[in-house]
Amino acid sequence: MNPLLSVNDLRVSFHSRGGVARAVEGVSFDLRRGETLGIVGESGSGKSVTCYSLMRLVPEPPGRLEGKALFDGVDLLRCPLHEISRIRGKRVSMIFQDPMTSLNPYMRVEDQLMEPLLIHERLGRKEARSRAIRALEEAGIQDAPRRARGYPHEFSGGMRQRVMIAMALITKPELLIADEPTTALDVTVQAQILELIRKMQAELGMAVIFVTHDLGIVSGFCDRVLVMYAGRIVETASTADIFYDTKHPYARALQKAAPAAQPKGAPLYTIRGAPPDPSKPMPGCPFSPRCDYAADYCSRDPVRLEEVAPAHGSACLRVQREGLRLDQG
Amino acid sequence: MTAEPAEEGSSLWKDAWRRLGRNKLAMAGLAILFLLSLACVAGPFLSPYTYQQQDLRLVATGPSPRHWLGTDNLGRDILTRLFDGGRVSMLVGLVATAVSLVIGVLYGAVSGFFGGKVDSLMMRIVDILYALPFTIFVILLMVFFGRKFILLFVAIGAVEWLTMARIIRGQVQSLKHREFIEAAEALGLRRSRIILRHMLPNVLGVILVYATLTVPEVMLLEAFLSFLGLGVQPPMSSWGVLISDGAARMEESPWMLVAPALALALTLFSLNFLGDGLREALDPRAARNE
Repeated sequence: MNPLLSVNDLRVSFHSRGGVARAVEGVSFDLRRGETLGIVGESGSGKSVTCYSLMRLVPEPPGRLEGKALFDGVDLLRCPLHEISRIRGKRVSMIFQDPMTSLNPYMRVEDQLMEPLLIHERLGRKEARSRAIRALEEAGIQDAPRRARGYPHEFSGGMRQRVMIAMALITKPELLIADEPTTALDVTVQAQILELIRKMQAELGMAVIFVTHDLGIVSGFCDRVLVMYAGRIVETASTADIFYDTKHPYARALQKAAPAAQPKGAPLYTIRGAPPDPSKPMPGCPFSPRCDYAADYCSRDPVRLEEVAPAHGSACLRVQREGLRLDQG
Repeated sequence: MTAEPAEEGSSLWKDAWRRLGRNKLAMAGLAILFLLSLACVAGPFLSPYTYQQQDLRLVATGPSPRHWLGTDNLGRDILTRLFDGGRVSMLVGLVATAVSLVIGVLYGAVSGFFGGKVDSLMMRIVDILYALPFTIFVILLMVFFGRKFILLFVAIGAVEWLTMARIIRGQVQSLKHREFIEAAEALGLRRSRIILRHMLPNVLGVILVYATLTVPEVMLLEAFLSFLGLGVQPPMSSWGVLISDGAARMEESPWMLVAPALALALTLFSLNFLGDGLREALDPRAARNE
């Protein structure tokens, strides 16, 4: 079966007077219908930019998009604007990181919910409103008919994220891009929101790209994981393999850095150094300066993502060449 | 299944009107404005005098039972002239402000939203127009088109929208990178819809406040233009003309200045309160207790 979304060598760079910042460098992946793909990585690794470029939300200029992202045969990166406007909000939806700022403070919640229906499905206002209220109810908002007439400031953070989810799913999209949808919420609400996304996914059978830096969420939620670093994919595997058969030192380091993995009282593990500056050229492996396993050729030789086990890709030269085995936690 | 309470389309304006009704200061401003305009429209018909009628026995007299606000140095009834001049001032104030708002807001919103080269070009045009000396512009207008009342609006409109455009451009530029605008784009909305439905309500507060500042500016500009010979010609009057006449005779006959100045001040105060009330009423976050 053809993949729903096929991203091939996606590159995103930002051009300014100060130089070129390469935020995404050659990202490729496929996504099947109904599949959940996790993208993890630390801040600045290009996760969000990848999502934004799929929605064509990267301003051009200064941004520049290269590569291909075929969504059901349409190249999301290059198709004309009116075509992408028909796809986004209808077949591909996005949930943003911060629900406090992603709703328009001057519009009633129901008016915002109705917008995708009015423009994509050309429903009448009355029908759109009842769909909007039903969507709110499905998203777990109590007393939806009354709440729908309220403004965003009358909702708490978790409620607003429910509204955002209701809005993203109201047109029954085939692909949902969730850009750290729980990062701005507290832990109890996080679990509810995740549960909601999972429930809606089961109902609608949509594919989900789930961006996060929380490995715990990935383990419970995703079928497959991409680990990104400095705009590149460094490891891709099924969720189980990422955790139990890690093939890239960075992915390993991320897992070790999770506070829950530390014995109580022990100093927290951190990855030394800082992520590389995306405007500087990076010969060799971009992680090599921070890597505990780096060999001298790591900072010289070009790296590519290669399959090192069935359906398991790694961009670590030592794993590829020497079959390096990382200690598994 | 779901019982829907009062189902009406427009949201923002209706709510705003209800909230405005609870703001006493704003309602007082609205009432005063209404009464003033009513007086300006009806006053001249009710007055026993006309704006040009002279009473040469009563030149430059203070308030008296015959002339409630006194007479000017040509023996004309000030109250009548005040009402008559108010027609011009209010008309100019409203129309010229409205025109400059519409042009300025649309221009600024487009410029700010599209950014880049479009923005640079549009803003350079504004800069050029800014640099044009206003007096010369007015004189040119008069030379080419003669002394016509309508030119007053053209001249004022041509100047006043520039600042509005700059302000709105800045506001839209900062709004453009707010997440909810990105979210609106991600919903597949057209740009025109994003500008009109998502951005403009967010800048309404700024627009209104600036509009209340524009009205007095426009009224005073009208006085200046009338002085240059564009706009109202003697013996017709406007508040601007009355004030400048009164200011010239402030020492001998202060009532000539006091009456029009009070009328103007009252209008401007009312406008300010109304504008402030509107701004608050239009911000859904300001009204917590619905």
